[in-house]
Amino acid sequence: MRANRLGAALAVALTAALASCGSGEPTERPEAAQSPAASAQGPVTLTYWTWAPNMDKIVEVWNAANPDVRVTVSKQAGGDDAAAKFLTAAKAGNPPDLVQAEYQHLPSFIAADAVADLKAETAAIEKEFSAGLWGLVTLGTESVYGIPQDSGPMMLFYRKDLFDKHGLKVPATWQEYAEAARKLREKDPQAYLGTFSSKDPGAFTGLAQQAGAQWWSISGESWKVGIADEPTRRVAAYWDGLVKEGVIDDMPYFTPEWNKALNDGRLLTWPSAVWAPGVLAGNAPKAKGKWAVAPLPQWNAGESYSGFWGGSSTAVSAGTPHKAAAARFATWLNTDPAAIGLLVEEAAVYPAATKGQATLGQAPDYFSNQPDFWRQAAAVSAGARGFTFGPNVGVTYNAFKDGFDKALQNRTPFTDAVQGMQDATVADMRKSGFQLAS
Amino acid sequence: MTHPDRTVRQPGRILWPYVFLTPAIVLFTLFLAVPIGYTVYLATRRAKVSGLGLGRGARREVFVGFENFAAALADAELWHGWLRVLGYGALVLVVMLGLALLFALLLDTARVRLARFSRIAIFLPFAVPGVAATLLWGFLYLPSLSPIREVLDVDFLGATTVTYSMANVAVWGGTGFNMLALYTTLRAIPRDLYEAARLDGASEFQIAVRVKIPLLTPAIILTTVFSIIATIQVFTEPTALRPLTNTISSTWSPLMKVYRDAFVNGDLYSAAATSIVIAAISLVLSLGFLRVVRDRAFGES
Repeated sequence: MRANRLGAALAVALTAALASCGSGEPTERPEAAQSPAASAQGPVTLTYWTWAPNMDKIVEVWNAANPDVRVTVSKQAGGDDAAAKFLTAAKAGNPPDLVQAEYQHLPSFIAADAVADLKAETAAIEKEFSAGLWGLVTLGTESVYGIPQDSGPMMLFYRKDLFDKHGLKVPATWQEYAEAARKLREKDPQAYLGTFSSKDPGAFTGLAQQAGAQWWSISGESWKVGIADEPTRRVAAYWDGLVKEGVIDDMPYFTPEWNKALNDGRLLTWPSAVWAPGVLAGNAPKAKGKWAVAPLPQWNAGESYSGFWGGSSTAVSAGTPHKAAAARFATWLNTDPAAIGLLVEEAAVYPAATKGQATLGQAPDYFSNQPDFWRQAAAVSAGARGFTFGPNVGVTYNAFKDGFDKALQNRTPFTDAVQGMQDATVADMRKSGFQLAS
Repeated sequence: MTHPDRTVRQPGRILWPYVFLTPAIVLFTLFLAVPIGYTVYLATRRAKVSGLGLGRGARREVFVGFENFAAALADAELWHGWLRVLGYGALVLVVMLGLALLFALLLDTARVRLARFSRIAIFLPFAVPGVAATLLWGFLYLPSLSPIREVLDVDFLGATTVTYSMANVAVWGGTGFNMLALYTTLRAIPRDLYEAARLDGASEFQIAVRVKIPLLTPAIILTTVFSIIATIQVFTEPTALRPLTNTISSTWSPLMKVYRDAFVNGDLYSAAATSIVIAAISLVLSLGFLRVVRDRAFGES
């Protein structure tokens, strides 16, 4: 009987151990990207990590024309997780040959020595891009760490039908935006003009850029961190006021809750980037044809500034044995007219190459009611300003999420959260030994 | 366990045990000792950059001794995380094991109907992966989507309620497994014990309390230890719920802090140190619990 019980206990122990093993393992397992050892003969095979939709179709076109360099697409989840995954793979010694790198994550990749310098390979294509975008892949240094692929200038998306219904005017300044938010609450207490998301540091970054923020800058051999400077504090205080007043909601973007609000017409605007039509088409299919686009409201009447939310480049891994071939593919993908056409058509990106932006004709299907969509985008793009991203954006963005979560929950000032971002960023850079200008 | 037959001493006899042990030793070394050793190694190091930290050779690894451990121990966020997890864990342990015991005893009573169906129904949630279970419940918690919210006006994702909401997911997922563990032990108890109790005039309730529960004690302790370890390692529920609410920080539980340090902040070294601290605390907690109850449970001989 004792043995029996012991057996039962053991069985329980084993099952539990196995079960806990199974559930305790991290679910994400970077599929080892194999870059087979370089061989003199035979075609070169390159792995390419990207989350752009239909990239495999675009790569097929390349593969058909270049039998000597075969590219395999490995579809990624995108976002901050994709950056973490690439850094981990690079550290582990099995990175892909090519990687889609968001501009804000590129400096972290450079600092980790995970991406190759393409200065020699890209000398001829620099003029294909605007100086602002080119600066995002050079960080203002002599080196070139990636080739710009797409860009995300921010615009104001709004529900035209509901604006008309409530007699709201498209806001030209943030002042007018606030007034419209108040007016809407009076007309329809169920709806909000917009929401402030504490989960999307990228959106906040773009708004801060519009206000003229320079979160990082390089002077000589040292970094300068200016997250808690006046422009960012101004943006934070503005949204803080609206949220505390109760005229702007505080639900995060990209949640089922948010989708529902968009579908039900309970959110009337979304300050987002040029890629928003794709998101709206997927998350708010019911509202097709009811949205319109306008430039972001301005801080001072008469200005025409914008910021960037998202946008990415194609970088070549420092660990690849086929740097030249990889650079050739990345160049083709982002500068060849045929490839850019495919990027626009298949992957629905707003191309970084200047001539690519000019060729855009027909508005996205979701915005078929706004034939001048791309002309608007080009106008906004011209006034969009960015800044050099620092080497630890992950830390800053995480501090944004935690800080603004807390500010929303405890009703503390947003500017405290901005100060928290500054402090966390500086502390992390100090700890790692970066030279900081005081 | 000395063998009585000590006179026979052949060299082969001494080697044999080691031959049998080899697979275990190799597996232990490869999959336990080496990773732990590497974690300890990482925990004593740190990346140091110079200047702008850009370009080749700007970053190198240096030995920092116990600095990472000191920083991990001094980090208030980690201890706040422990407090949150202790509150959550106490809730989960009591409710989950209480329900598991109740269900096991109910299923074991003689007159139960639909025993097979109930057993599977209670066990089924355990087969649902944690992430799926959390998202499923997450949708039920979200204000504008939840059918529950139409009847009951509670914010399930509020600052205080979110702990209960997460505990609910864990209880839902874990009760079935613990119930089965206890139930299996119950079935192994000879029926004649109950018959004897019944002859003595004991009711079903008295049999459950006076006979079954005492005999179940070792299994209860075992399930408790596993549950303690599992709740200390809570990660899936808060991580999967986090995008839906602004009440869960990236360091809500100690393990989430390790994940954040390693993969969001890119600091594997601090993460290694923190995970060693967490392992030590888990060990102390589970051994401490075992020590407290050992005599009751296993000291019957």
